[in-house]
Amino acid sequence: MSPHPSLAARVRQAVHPGRDLPGCACETVVLADRPDATVVRHGSLVGKAHAPGTDPEALAARLRVAARLPGVLLPPVATAPEGQPRPHTLWPYGTPVDPGDPDAAPWEAAGTLLARLHRTPAPPGLPPMRGPAKAADAVHRLRRTVGPGHPATAPILAAWSTLAPWARAEAPLPASALCHGDLHLGQLVRHPAPDGPWHLIDVDDLGTGVPAWDLARPAAWYACGLLPPDEWARFLGAYRSAGGPAVPADGDPWPALDVPARALTVQTAASSVAKAAAEDRSLDEVEQALVDACARMGRLPGAQAPNPPT
Amino acid sequence: MQCPKCHAAMHTYNRNGVQIEQCSNCRGIFLDYGELEALTRLESQWSPAAPPAPPAPQAYPAPPAPAWGAPQHGGHHGGHYGGHHRHKSFGHMLFSS
Repeated sequence: MSPHPSLAARVRQAVHPGRDLPGCACETVVLADRPDATVVRHGSLVGKAHAPGTDPEALAARLRVAARLPGVLLPPVATAPEGQPRPHTLWPYGTPVDPGDPDAAPWEAAGTLLARLHRTPAPPGLPPMRGPAKAADAVHRLRRTVGPGHPATAPILAAWSTLAPWARAEAPLPASALCHGDLHLGQLVRHPAPDGPWHLIDVDDLGTGVPAWDLARPAAWYACGLLPPDEWARFLGAYRSAGGPAVPADGDPWPALDVPARALTVQTAASSVAKAAAEDRSLDEVEQALVDACARMGRLPGAQAPNPPT
Repeated sequence: MQCPKCHAAMHTYNRNGVQIEQCSNCRGIFLDYGELEALTRLESQWSPAAPPAPPAPQAYPAPPAPAWGAPQHGGHHGGHYGGHHRHKSFGHMLFSS
């Protein structure tokens, strides 16, 4: 049973227009149900209830970008979100990356799609991408729900303080490219299902900003010793081969990646520690690796890095 | 990583299974914790009468990583990704915001 009956009904109606609602035998599957998003699938379509308080105009601007870039972003069924306080959108169903087989992750496709996104001029009026705002949210949650009593809080906050104000959402974002804003392996689907080309999904955080942010989550995983070097090299290599502008075409990419990768390391560490604390357990090896990286950031000299080149 | 002495880029080399960072400028060498001991151990295994072994194949250098990165970068001995089994917690992290 869907946690959002109105969303489920809307998807069902879109799949079977003109039919009596109770009269279909297909199953409605809840793909995600989080405070910031509920996603249900019915047949060939997926409905998403966005976070409460989502700005419908900003969301509509983001949907229009997706509709105009069908080879890069999954195109929505309609560009006008409906409903309040959680706007609903409709999408074709795409086959996601199998979470049980992350070794099959399409790193080359991810790098190529990001390069193509970053090379696309951002339309006027598009809001900033929400990457730094989400990092700031995670740090705020850590402060509020975990606090200084946890041994990981101090190194995470110290690392956060090394970041330039724009990376902490405390100053305007240098807006040099069209960015996705929240890249991870759950943001890629094959469309048409089951074996069409890969597309990026989830435009909620899309906007103008620093394109290196979109490379920074894999970069952070690699830097923390979590992502194997060859997978990082495949992702970065594909991005560079496709002419992605976030990093120089060759040579050391870290001058461009450093600030966003620090921010994503801090964000992931803060979320992980909050989760572990809520579950009343100690950090596992992976979570500790993120906190250790934060501790090293706080000890480096000259931690206040300059803005990236625009 | 950057050379602590002259700040030029350091490149990772594999010497008999031990990862060594060498500065591209001043040629200074940086050893991680335990690597000097590993080299000493290897040296002590050499018999004076033994013919010289062929040089170890050059390992493909790991991509550059930031100074705050995990200390085991560039090593076969390090990383949390070891082997064919990804840590479950990282498997989840790959798919979440």
